[in-house]
Amino acid sequence: MDAIKTVDASTEEQLEHAFQEKIDAEVKIEPRDWMPAGYRKTLIRQMSQHAHSEVVGMLPEGNWLTRAPSLKRKAILMAKIQDEGGHGLYLYSATETLGISRDEMYDQLHSGKAKYSSIFNYPTLNWADIGAIGWLVDGAAITNQIALCRCSYGPYARAMVKVCKEESFHQRQGYEIMMVMAQGTDEQKAMAQDAINRWWWPALMMFGPHDADSNRTTQSMTWKIKRTSNDELRQRFVDATVPQAQYLGLEVPDDKLAWNEDKQSYDWGEIDWDEFRNVVAGNGLCNRERLQTRRDAHDGGKWVRDAALAYAEKQKKRAAERAA
Amino acid sequence: MTNSDNTAEFPLYEVFIRSKNGLHHKHVGSLHAADGEMALTNARDVYTRRSEGVSIWVVKASDMVSSNPDDRGAFYDPNDDKMYRHPTFYNSPDEVGHM
Repeated sequence: MDAIKTVDASTEEQLEHAFQEKIDAEVKIEPRDWMPAGYRKTLIRQMSQHAHSEVVGMLPEGNWLTRAPSLKRKAILMAKIQDEGGHGLYLYSATETLGISRDEMYDQLHSGKAKYSSIFNYPTLNWADIGAIGWLVDGAAITNQIALCRCSYGPYARAMVKVCKEESFHQRQGYEIMMVMAQGTDEQKAMAQDAINRWWWPALMMFGPHDADSNRTTQSMTWKIKRTSNDELRQRFVDATVPQAQYLGLEVPDDKLAWNEDKQSYDWGEIDWDEFRNVVAGNGLCNRERLQTRRDAHDGGKWVRDAALAYAEKQKKRAAERAA
Repeated sequence: MTNSDNTAEFPLYEVFIRSKNGLHHKHVGSLHAADGEMALTNARDVYTRRSEGVSIWVVKASDMVSSNPDDRGAFYDPNDDKMYRHPTFYNSPDEVGHM
């Protein structure tokens, strides 16, 4: 018995060694390849939470579908929300290749066991919020997702390539909304400023804790699930976005923000980490509402899924009868 | 982590798309649907929103037969030692030019 165990352990070690060699040589890992249990677990957690974020991300925007100011804006917003649903699907499918079922992931979301991006627990109070979401929230998401296009897990990387292609329209339509508002009446400009005031910091929180406080970062970097650290991505986003805010004539709500000539990048203040932890813990303004809406949508759609299955079953039976 | 709903999970379909005539169908992802017809219309809605394709195949994942990556060595072995299948195996004189 003991002898068998020793053999197993050394085989496991060899497999892990070969696995890491593949990763180091930039060979992608595909669904049926051997992988360490921890690699699989980390990916399932990260990818399913990414999928949940796409799906829950539809809710704050759905709030404005009927109230968008013109037919054009309604159509654009509808197309963007449809994209988010599609991104959820790409990610759920990619996660299923790791051996978890779709229903299991839904259960984890609906029971609160799995998290989704905390940004969606903030309310969308005025129309400029939809602009700020496209510009800042999708902008931050793209910064993160571009890095993930080089992830070591093939299905995740491929899903990210597709998502990034589609997201670029989201950010640009958001910025255009902000531009129209910033060039509008004083009242409209005030709405745009109010939106950036409320969305700036939560957008920066999307990159997660500081590298020093992120206990999963090192292993994820070794496995090349993650290619760039939280702080580096966040800095990239700040450097790209501040000039865009300046062009709009809007103020970034950070009095420590200043250009640093030496490092050719911006210095900026500190995130309110208490707020971050509090929203992650479920105490944000909309946590309960989002989850309940999501549960209701799933339960409310049950009769449709049942009917589709019953119809497919009936068609199959009829075809069998005709053949007999 | 199962509930009663799991028994009703739609079957999984793999989706293949021909982006334009003259090219092969290429695997783009997968989705769940009650039947083939629903899989096809769902694939159109989620994988061709920006004219990505002119033709779609959907195949039930359970109907697909695939090779096992663990057997990679043994499975492809019969072809690995037949270098004479490659044009570079043969010497041809410079005088005859490109062949």
